Amino acid sequence: MLSKKQIFSKGILAVAPHMFSVIPFGIVCGAIGIELGFSPILVYAMSIIIFGGASQIVFLQLLSGGASALIAVTSVGVINSRHLLYGAVLSEYLEKLSFIKKLLISYLVVDQGFAESNKFFQKNKNETHLHYHLLGSGGTLWVCWQISTLAGIILGSFVPEELGLKFAVPLTFIAIVVQDIKKLDHVIVMITCGLSSLLFFDAPFKSYIIISPIIALFVAALVLRLKK
Amino acid sequence: MTWFTIIIAGIITYLMRMTMVALVDRDLLGERVKAVLAYVPSAVFPAIIFPGIFINDYGTFIEMNDPKIFGAIVAILVGYFSRNVIATIISGLFSY
Repeated sequence: MLSKKQIFSKGILAVAPHMFSVIPFGIVCGAIGIELGFSPILVYAMSIIIFGGASQIVFLQLLSGGASALIAVTSVGVINSRHLLYGAVLSEYLEKLSFIKKLLISYLVVDQGFAESNKFFQKNKNETHLHYHLLGSGGTLWVCWQISTLAGIILGSFVPEELGLKFAVPLTFIAIVVQDIKKLDHVIVMITCGLSSLLFFDAPFKSYIIISPIIALFVAALVLRLKK
Repeated sequence: MTWFTIIIAGIITYLMRMTMVALVDRDLLGERVKAVLAYVPSAVFPAIIFPGIFINDYGTFIEMNDPKIFGAIVAILVGYFSRNVIATIISGLFSY
């Protein structure tokens, strides 16, 4: 049985490599906000209030482009709706927490933290303090996101638009799913999702980000049925 | 007004993080749904990966000789065999 501290540390270590994508992304996110002419406090507040990389950038771009508040909010909602899926997966492991703890820990759930903690949970179902892994992974991502968006806000227009690291975002997610390519069922689901995302890329409100997972999950259900 | 919009966007985002963890009893989900949920990472992340590789900043498809495709293939191979996240990302960035 691992101690709380050990599990917490494992959570931190699990997401540490993803800083290659998170930190440059955060810097760019802060810098874009300033370049689009929003006040520094407002740009920074988004990192606390919304805390969702891609959705923050889209939100600012839409508002500065003259889109209505309704469209901006809808886009954020659509882009971040995948967290419903993350929550559904994680709920199994967070079941025993008190209601208040569930409310607090939910705030920390983001892509990479979900992915890495979920992997740990699957392998260590019998540990008692599982949620400390999510605190470690989500907490680390939160702190790094705050610092890096702040850095982007301060550096502003000094940040090169590309920072040369935008490609790190798909790579970080390749690293997350790559071990599953040895399982045919997972490969089918991945390819379904990937092709759907290209097909629906121009759908309104960036909805490809949730449409393609839904299609892929339907295919997963089919695959499961065929496997039996 | 912008502040109000941000707060609404934040509340919606938080609700989506929280609903399934705190409000929905897991027993409500049937066994089949739970089995399908095991595919969530494979069903979600390619929607970030594929456009990140195949679609450029202007929203159009890249050429098939684009270095990002090569970078992604290298990252997949390195990631698969090394099982190391840093090696996967670095190898992809350097071969791109």
